Amino acid sequence: MELVCPAGSLPALKTAVDNGADAVYIGFRDSTNARQFAGLNFNDKRAAEGIDYAHSRGRRVFCAINTYPQPDGWEQWKAAVDRAAGLGVDAIILADMGLLDYAANRYPDIPRHLSVQGSATSYEALSFYKDNFDIRRAVLPRVLSLDQVRGVAKHSPVELEVFAFGSLCIMAEGRCYLSSYLTDESPNTRGACSPAKAVRWQETPQGLESRLNDVLIDRYGQGESAGYPTLCKGRFEVEGSVYHAIEEPVSLNTLDLLPELQELGISAVKIEGRQRSPAYIADVARTWRQALDNLARTPGMFTVENDWRNTLSGLSEGGLTTLGAYHRKWK
Amino acid sequence: MMKLSLGPILWFWSKQTVFDFYAKAAEWPVDTIYLGEAVCSRRRELKPDDWFDLARDLKACGKEVVISTQTLIESEADLRRLRRICDQNEFLVEANDQSAVQVASRHQIPFITGPSMNIYNVATLKVLAKQGLKGWNLPVELGKETLEQLVTGLKHEGLDLPAEVFSWGFLPLAWSSRCFTARHYNLPKDNCEFRCLQHPDGMELRSRESQELFRLNGISTLSGSRYDLMRELPEMERMGVNTVRLSPEHQGMEEVVKRFDQVRRGAVPATDPLQLVEAPPCNGYWYGKPGMDLIG
Repeated sequence: MELVCPAGSLPALKTAVDNGADAVYIGFRDSTNARQFAGLNFNDKRAAEGIDYAHSRGRRVFCAINTYPQPDGWEQWKAAVDRAAGLGVDAIILADMGLLDYAANRYPDIPRHLSVQGSATSYEALSFYKDNFDIRRAVLPRVLSLDQVRGVAKHSPVELEVFAFGSLCIMAEGRCYLSSYLTDESPNTRGACSPAKAVRWQETPQGLESRLNDVLIDRYGQGESAGYPTLCKGRFEVEGSVYHAIEEPVSLNTLDLLPELQELGISAVKIEGRQRSPAYIADVARTWRQALDNLARTPGMFTVENDWRNTLSGLSEGGLTTLGAYHRKWK
Repeated sequence: MMKLSLGPILWFWSKQTVFDFYAKAAEWPVDTIYLGEAVCSRRRELKPDDWFDLARDLKACGKEVVISTQTLIESEADLRRLRRICDQNEFLVEANDQSAVQVASRHQIPFITGPSMNIYNVATLKVLAKQGLKGWNLPVELGKETLEQLVTGLKHEGLDLPAEVFSWGFLPLAWSSRCFTARHYNLPKDNCEFRCLQHPDGMELRSRESQELFRLNGISTLSGSRYDLMRELPEMERMGVNTVRLSPEHQGMEEVVKRFDQVRRGAVPATDPLQLVEAPPCNGYWYGKPGMDLIG
């Protein structure tokens, strides 16, 4: 299995490569990708340097153009595909059917990966993308249980990549409009969820409050550690009880599932987090490299080492990790 | 004149409630009715054959009937139900994800895409037209500017693909493998005791300042405010929108349908408000603003 790591900057890309990523995925510095953060991502010059750095070390670079262009953005998104092609990326990660069609016709020789934002949760959906756009690989949404991944993998017409570690989206990706309901930006339209521009922190007599476009997402008492107000991870009131009604602030960690993922024929594991620092990328990439190497050396004998677990817990939201939907009980 | 449609029932109602609802709807001035379970695979008060029987009855009453498919397809059983829906030639199908497009097009069943299909540009519509697309819903997060560009773009391409706009009701905003209703009751999803039946219009999720944010409805999350584009009907008509979608609620629906019907006929001004129920109205998405906003 291949290790696919995120890079939001050239130093992060180099760090990922140096610490064992087989492939690194990047995006351009605009809303054509699903991690649009101020100061993050690549212009063409930096992208060229990064691709050169990876290629000279035998690694690959994928470019994510995985938001959904509206008519007035069409030329810009199409140009992003042209730029990625011109830079010589090893694959383009796409979600929008129109853009997939463009890439397949204009650049048939550049592999196309279906982004998780393409929201393909069955082998029939994968066949749709394979038949129409000849995708090589698809990234599966984080909503499937391991049994369901098994069912998809058994009949999949394309390579599969699954999320291994990082922030946990609990809604079917690519079809979650919660963020644009509270703010004016969503992953699909602007590549942003719970955008930083809408966040406000406020000390009040009741505690520290986090707000998104003025909506109270969470309020922290003394001694509680506060997290970024991703709207699905706040505490809300339902029928008189206040709790994490949608999801707790936890990270996904699937180290324990590696042998099963390999047995299912999964081609690649993906680390989430282009918004993360190079130091974070280094620790995560190194840990997963060791785990994958260990798995390859001693198949059938794989155990998760404590220091891997500790490293990853230390890098997780609230210090907590979950198997997420892979584990049926989570649902 | 624009058509009125009733979208699929997004809530979980008992079989009798569903039958009663459509018995009345057969008399309402709606042109198109979407039938079927679009949310949760565990909601089986009506079996596929029950839906088809109902579809035939409504068709006999002069309604155009479309069979809706589940939005989040996860298992082989989900795919079996989907194939069952596409294994007929009496009704159009509402495809709510790419699995449905694939199966419908393989069976050569013409389909309409629901609002959860990501149609953001004309190139996407052209791809789907080749598969048998006969109409499409605007994704809920898109507004009138984008709609106008899409409709104009289709005209330029010479494509006749009628547009439908979700215009009244709680907006379906997200789907998860997790069931939030079961979570609320500390029940496992696989043994949820069908608690959604107790919440015929979902469970309100509020901020700790009592702001209505969302409605939890099994695995789906809907808007906490009710989307209401009634006064935008003249604008939609000017743009060439074909169908105005109203999303079923278990109370007051007849009044909603009647009022929209009067407005589309120009019989009452679109600004004459409908005094109805307890949820706040919103229309932000239509204006390119946060969906929860109320403009004007």
